Amino acid sequence: MSGPSTYTPNSGLEKWIDQRLPLPRLLHDTVQTFPTPRNLNIWYTFGAILTFCLGVQIITGIVLAMHYVANAGLAFDSVESIMRDVNYGWLIRYIHSNGASMFFLAVYIHMFRGLYYGSYKAPRELIWIIGVLIYLLMMATAFFGYVLPWGQMSFWGATVITNLFSAIPWVGSHIATWLWGDFAVGDATLNRFFSLHYLLPFIIAGVVGLHIWALHVPGNNNPLGIDVKSPQDTVPFHPYYTVKDAFYLCLFVVFFAAFVFYAPNFFGNPDNYVQANPLVTPPDIVPEWYLLPFYAMLRSIPNKLMGVIVMGGALVTLFFLPWLDTSRVRSCRFRPLMKQFFWALVVVCAILGYCGSQSVDAAVAGIPLLWVARLATFYYFLFFWILLPIVGLIETPRKIPASIAQSVLGDTAAAAAE
Amino acid sequence: MLALPALAQTAVDTTRKPVKSVDFSFEGPFGTYDRAALQRGFQVYKEVCAACHGLDHIAFHNLDEEGGLGFTEAQAKAIAAGYKMPADPNDKGEIFDDKGTRLTRPGILADKFPNPFPNEEAARANNGGALPPDLSMIVKAREGGPQYVYSIVTGFGMTPPKGYTLPAGKYFNPYFEGWNISMPPPLADNAVTFSDGTKATVDQEAHDVVTFLAWASDPKMEERKRMGFAVLIFLVVLSGLLFAAYRKVWADAH
Repeated sequence: MSGPSTYTPNSGLEKWIDQRLPLPRLLHDTVQTFPTPRNLNIWYTFGAILTFCLGVQIITGIVLAMHYVANAGLAFDSVESIMRDVNYGWLIRYIHSNGASMFFLAVYIHMFRGLYYGSYKAPRELIWIIGVLIYLLMMATAFFGYVLPWGQMSFWGATVITNLFSAIPWVGSHIATWLWGDFAVGDATLNRFFSLHYLLPFIIAGVVGLHIWALHVPGNNNPLGIDVKSPQDTVPFHPYYTVKDAFYLCLFVVFFAAFVFYAPNFFGNPDNYVQANPLVTPPDIVPEWYLLPFYAMLRSIPNKLMGVIVMGGALVTLFFLPWLDTSRVRSCRFRPLMKQFFWALVVVCAILGYCGSQSVDAAVAGIPLLWVARLATFYYFLFFWILLPIVGLIETPRKIPASIAQSVLGDTAAAAAE
Repeated sequence: MLALPALAQTAVDTTRKPVKSVDFSFEGPFGTYDRAALQRGFQVYKEVCAACHGLDHIAFHNLDEEGGLGFTEAQAKAIAAGYKMPADPNDKGEIFDDKGTRLTRPGILADKFPNPFPNEEAARANNGGALPPDLSMIVKAREGGPQYVYSIVTGFGMTPPKGYTLPAGKYFNPYFEGWNISMPPPLADNAVTFSDGTKATVDQEAHDVVTFLAWASDPKMEERKRMGFAVLIFLVVLSGLLFAAYRKVWADAH
């Protein structure tokens, strides 16, 4: 919770700075003494992991931008020059490309954590909404970034997605031309995508600041979903959560490094190692894995405009989440019925991702994936617009502990601490 | 007899066969490039493939790189000098001699491997309308990687199944999507004479040229895997230390 600051400057220098710019005070209050629930588990470390990922992407991105050339005739070769001629260019490039996948893996875990523990519920609605905004900015950044190497997938993925705008009645094709800077994806498009790809991460950084600021007003939620009732329920952020975040971050970096050094092209598409050719369409056009669920939704609707509306609707739905859930209980730990629907949603999202990766007419065991995608899209909207409102009203929640301290320390210890 | 090749074509599923199962020394977390295979593969590229395929991203100075073919700088310079590059304008600004032939100079380390054709149109005209792809990234640019390239170059010589008609000017290769590839079988027994005396079977030539092309696609592989080993050991030890710190800090909180 934000309360009065407990920072006391120790030296003359600290006092001098504190009177002019209370930055040490801010760091002290937000990172050192910030009272944090003592029962946060592994799923709560992904916020710190995401901040790390943003930092890594910005730093590697800035170094890549020193060598990259955003021109349709030179881009592909400039990336290969980074891979072959720039000292450790291959390392910086692979960290950046795999870092994007790690960033999205972490953000999906972070979002599903929020869904499961009810972190979007009052008074944390704005934290969730700001978070969805960050997610949309990430998707835009990743989309622009994937175009930059100017491979076949870069070009054709850009063509497919920007063409969606032409589905808008009357103004659609004009919007598309305006976005392209030309009558089709080309050099003008590449240049502006590079500019936007450089810009958006800094906007993300600012919005992340708002996200953390909004979090620090009510303080963290916790796996029990119950409010902090006394100081015994919390521990200071440092050293308890600085060391815990550091440990889990290190495990995450091990996972990250395994891909960078031993499977750097695992998440990629071989077609993107072929230079973009406007005259040759690849047999299958797919985005990167983290955009596949939405791609599957888009392709499952036969009408172009309706497909765009459904895909957009899926994202807009997330903004309404805090008001769709009617449950008084926050955490799915105590919501036996909603818990099952939650896990079904996780599976459905994975299924959508798989459908998005296959060609439109693919079938598994005789079942056309198109119908699997339609069913999965239906469940996605069912979950948010029907299940969340109704289950909250009809469900019988399990008994909720009296306090965090009692749950973690046990009855006698909690009573003794009071 | 009425032949209906178009109908016969649509009746047969021409999805490419799964790639052949073949192992390479550079696969796996501790894989390295076999230097001798790289040099033999380079010889195959030079004497067979370079007639039609470019290697745009490889420069002569890459030949003496660490983790590569193991040539010395002098050897790489000699290889470069064996090529004729278009000369820069002389003092009079000429780039053609009196007879109208393009002036040339010997290659230097900084030059990239020259393209066999001056432009895409010439390449297509020489190859029945199809463009021989550049090979400097081919192993990374194809699903199936080295196994796919190996399957393609060794996948010729089979009889097409009944009901499938091969279009004129194409060659049957079931490892290629659509089964008809514009490239004639590139390899044959003893198509090259290896300088180290290795028997030049099709399999050997294919294996070595794929090793060379894998290096061309990923010259930093050995450095990457070496660094990865050190980095992962470091991170695992660091995780252990952080875990110990985590347990110590939280010991009194539970």
